[in-house]
Amino acid sequence: MPKALRYLAQAVLYAAFVAVIGYFSTAPRYEHLPADEALIKLSFSHAGERKEACRERTPEELAKLAPNMRAQTVCPRERVPVRVEIVLDDQPLFHVLAAPSGLAKDGASTVYRRAPVPAGTHRIGARLSDVPSGEFNRAGDVTVELKPGHVLVIDFDGQTGKFVFRS
Amino acid sequence: MMRLPSPAALPRVGLSQGERRKSEPLSLRERGRGEGGIWPALHRALQHVERAFDLAFGQRLNPWRHLGALCFWCFWIVAATGICVYAAFDTSVSGAYASVERITQNAWPLGGIARSLHRYASDALVVIVLAHLAREWIAGHARGFRWFSWLSGLPLLWLLYLSGIGGYWLVWDRLAQFSLIATAEWLDWLPFFGEPLVRNFIAGESVTDRFFSLLIFLHIGIPLLLLTGMWVHIQRISRPQTNPPQAIALGFLIALLVLAISRPALSGAPADLATAPAALDLDWLYLGIHPLLYAASAGALWVLIGGATVLLALLPWLPPLPRPLAARVDLANCNGCGRCFADCPYAAVTLQPRTDSKSLPRQAIVDADLCAGCGICAGACPSSTPFRSVEALVTGIDMPQQPIDALRLELERAIASLKGDTRIVVFGCDSGTDIGSLAASDTAALKLICTGMLPPSFVEYALRAGIDGVLVTGCRYGDCEFRLGNRWIEERLAAAREPHLRPAVPIERVRIAWAGPTDAEALSAELVRFRAALATLPIAAGAGHVRPKRAEVAHG
Repeated sequence: MPKALRYLAQAVLYAAFVAVIGYFSTAPRYEHLPADEALIKLSFSHAGERKEACRERTPEELAKLAPNMRAQTVCPRERVPVRVEIVLDDQPLFHVLAAPSGLAKDGASTVYRRAPVPAGTHRIGARLSDVPSGEFNRAGDVTVELKPGHVLVIDFDGQTGKFVFRS
Repeated sequence: MMRLPSPAALPRVGLSQGERRKSEPLSLRERGRGEGGIWPALHRALQHVERAFDLAFGQRLNPWRHLGALCFWCFWIVAATGICVYAAFDTSVSGAYASVERITQNAWPLGGIARSLHRYASDALVVIVLAHLAREWIAGHARGFRWFSWLSGLPLLWLLYLSGIGGYWLVWDRLAQFSLIATAEWLDWLPFFGEPLVRNFIAGESVTDRFFSLLIFLHIGIPLLLLTGMWVHIQRISRPQTNPPQAIALGFLIALLVLAISRPALSGAPADLATAPAALDLDWLYLGIHPLLYAASAGALWVLIGGATVLLALLPWLPPLPRPLAARVDLANCNGCGRCFADCPYAAVTLQPRTDSKSLPRQAIVDADLCAGCGICAGACPSSTPFRSVEALVTGIDMPQQPIDALRLELERAIASLKGDTRIVVFGCDSGTDIGSLAASDTAALKLICTGMLPPSFVEYALRAGIDGVLVTGCRYGDCEFRLGNRWIEERLAAAREPHLRPAVPIERVRIAWAGPTDAEALSAELVRFRAALATLPIAAGAGHVRPKRAEVAHG
């Protein structure tokens, strides 16, 4: 192949190489969230109550223990799983049963869920159970105007025992 | 040209048929690509692609044969431009985006070009790494004695991905926000984190300057780990090529510069955790994994990526290959000169203090675990000369599957049997063009494990025995199955490397023609041209001085 033609072929091949790189570095465009949708994220970390209540040891039980281990009150470490339900415009959106973390299941239950929803005004209800009986003992609701692309975060504040809706 | 009846497989003397079957060098089929099916087709396709590139670049500057070195080159471009960008980067969460914008707008000298070059060279690195991986896999280099190079390359894929993706986060634009959250959501599937990582990106105030310092630390530290891994990756080969030829290096740099100037890398809108990005101009080479997460699930993506990693890691042993027979040292004929040590492509030969009573300081030792069984060491050994007047030619280092003595015997038989006005001996290899089809009444074709196994003295031996010309062929230049074979034989025949072809040898009667498995026609044409050129030469003085020593060979 003549030298000039070889250089031309090289230029074409280099151009093809950088064209591939240039194209795939920004294209094709990826649609992460449709333009008319918003995002609801449910995210919290909360420890449920202990699975069994603390109790007093009997004298017989105490006698079996080493003297330095004879604590009167014993509290089983395991916690109950946290159950949470989110309802969007009377339709269930999330229903999560979050197990406590840790090998002894004595840590916090953590939840993270995301769901795209149509933009617009929505009524959101949330209820949570963190007690051994399994009843929903915490609840909250809000009516929000979700603009396209907006993110509504539903958190739970364990200190106040209330849901927090952040948008 | 008259052809011999069945020239396809030239026999190798010195081993019984059973031994030969057991110990022949690993053919393409044996290297694990299977009989028929997709692998030979892929290999042929790759050969055709490389041949097309040869037309434009030539065999020596073909980028396909310098992919590993190009990876290093891209890494250095990324490192240099990264330092340039870092000098003007604000590592605070509030200042990062603005500083990248300033860099892009050339507040820092050539900052925009440096940033773009940093990004495109990183992208080029991904493409070249994947091409390198695919090429070695198709060539059957994932298996057998190359297992270490293959396996040590695997973590580099992860380190490259982590190095690249971290760079996108530092810009702290909408793309960074998307990538960071997607990565956290992916990682949270693993049962290692008590608190979900993604909770760190729920609200804007949760992203702090300290977090950005951590990102910077990772974006510098992981590439340094990558470089360390690259160094480990090349430890099992001698003379690794970590710098591409200047022409290619320059070509790639100019091409990337043109791209950086014509299509500068730009940031998206600043990150805003209160909103979710709708459409994104994704860098699919690094961030293409995120859409998979949302198309499937975090668990499915881990299964896919983890499964692919495990599969790649197991490839060298799926199924295990028999080891090639390793070179053997004959201490009585080894003077410890070190040529085999210098030429071994896989650092399998070392020089150690002498263990016999000879008053020589060193001897060659072969590590069978590292030996590729290529025979290049036998070609380098000064005692591998057919002129030695011994009945059995025992060399200092030799291949059990094709001893040098057997090669001499085969050459002598060929010399004795050739007829015609212009008699040619062709030395070829197992991995290049199948030279069996060249064999004819006036042409002998001798196959070696690798052309680098050919001692130059065999060329002189053939010419002095009255042969008119010697054609040396093998894999295309730079594509040697055993890395350095065609380079070494070129240098030996050009008297630039020991053992060299003696100056008295008429060099016009020696020709080198590199030809890959798909170049049979081109090699035949080259042989015709060589024969025509030889016919115009005067009869060489000294030709016919050497005669086969053993009568049974001459008659055989």
